[in-house]
Amino acid sequence: MFKWIHRFGSPPFVYRLSGRIAPVLGVLCLILMLTGLYLGLVVAPADYEQGDSYRIIFVHVPAAWMSMFVYVVMAVSSAIFLIWKMKLADIVAQASAPIGASFTFIALMSGSLWGKPMWGTWWVWDARLTSELLLLFLYLGYIALRNAIEHPQLAARTAAILAVVGVVNIPIIHFSVDWWNTLHQPATITKFDKPSMHPSMLKPLLIMVVAFQLLYFYNLLVRVRSGILQREKRAAWVAKELEN
Amino acid sequence: MMSIEASPSLSSVFSRIARRELSVALRNEGQWLNPLLFFVIVVTLFPLGIGPGPNTLSIIAPGVLWVSALLSVMLSLDTLFRTDYLDGSLEQFVLAEVPLSLIVLAKIMVHWLMSGLPLLLMSPILGVSLNLPVSAFGALILSLLLGTLTLSLLGAIGAALTVSLNHAGVLLSLLVLPLSVPVLIFGASAVSAAASGQAVLGQLALMAAFLALTLSLAPYVCAASLRIGVAGSN
Repeated sequence: MFKWIHRFGSPPFVYRLSGRIAPVLGVLCLILMLTGLYLGLVVAPADYEQGDSYRIIFVHVPAAWMSMFVYVVMAVSSAIFLIWKMKLADIVAQASAPIGASFTFIALMSGSLWGKPMWGTWWVWDARLTSELLLLFLYLGYIALRNAIEHPQLAARTAAILAVVGVVNIPIIHFSVDWWNTLHQPATITKFDKPSMHPSMLKPLLIMVVAFQLLYFYNLLVRVRSGILQREKRAAWVAKELEN
Repeated sequence: MMSIEASPSLSSVFSRIARRELSVALRNEGQWLNPLLFFVIVVTLFPLGIGPGPNTLSIIAPGVLWVSALLSVMLSLDTLFRTDYLDGSLEQFVLAEVPLSLIVLAKIMVHWLMSGLPLLLMSPILGVSLNLPVSAFGALILSLLLGTLTLSLLGAIGAALTVSLNHAGVLLSLLVLPLSVPVLIFGASAVSAAASGQAVLGQLALMAAFLALTLSLAPYVCAASLRIGVAGSN
């Protein structure tokens, strides 16, 4: 029964499988993203309070969700790597970190761009923006630790522990920042917590959420493939694979 | 090395390690004196940078004291495991039959005695210099007591993760500072609340909860990272 799972521990199998899946994901992502952007930026009506600037949520919200999702993926695969010593799990964690950091950065940038017309400044110490900033620091710490340790095995296991420690801390950090924020600046506009969203706005948002998810998995597979090649560069199957 | 009898009790292991650490630390004044001096100097820089207005100072005092304490603890963490790693004692700790997490906990507690406790004792004096109301001193000391212990435990994780590096300094702070945000938020807010005459029990209770969480998990995480660091170097 576990044979099926064990195949995913084999680098050549995963390399070939992801080589077949990645283009499909890429094309699907492109179609959905274009549709979502068209529906969101052209078809959906302007918001009566925020005008056209609300349209940034079609990028901001999916990016913010993905920033957290990717960290969880990173932490779970790090835990799998620590427990079962599955090399592939480490490759997934390593490949996810820069993608997650980019999503976090996009969320921060778009949030700040949205803040300019809405709040009148580029940066407000809003709870969600601040948590997102701290999340970016966690990603950068993970990447920095990984780069600092030269020995690849040692770097992998050390970084895995950091990812797990980080995921335990994220809810605590988020809760503290929330509490700090309500204490210091009550009655900030709640951004996206509208009680209900008109379907013409909700539909493109959901499409964009799926598109971002696909974007992540597409990037992940591409990076995992190069990660596998890098680690297995001395293996016979790699030489064979690259000959064709 | 110490002689360890057939089955040493956990508490005797703890006290032996703690005594060894303490005597090593006391022979090297810089270990406890430098972080303390750093704390004093950083706090002094704020009035120089912001201006000496007593009202401004008393508003920023809780945050300044807490951020300075945080930085000072970070500064003192670098050598927590590295000297033992370099001279080979860490390898013996890993191989010893007693739990590594217990040894780690003893080392962290001594580290706190050497770095956290002096800050705690110094903080009221600096509070006076920053025009912090006397009513906030109790909260300041209590929050620093709970908070610096948590920071030593959290920081030990960072020190254990970077033990195999020659120079961890900035990287260590990069890893630990985001994790210490909750301690900073509740610590500084407890002091501010006390300064304005509000209840502080909520903040202190949450800080005690953070301490309980890190106290029960951090030694194991440190032990796991140290094992990896020691194994990876061979």
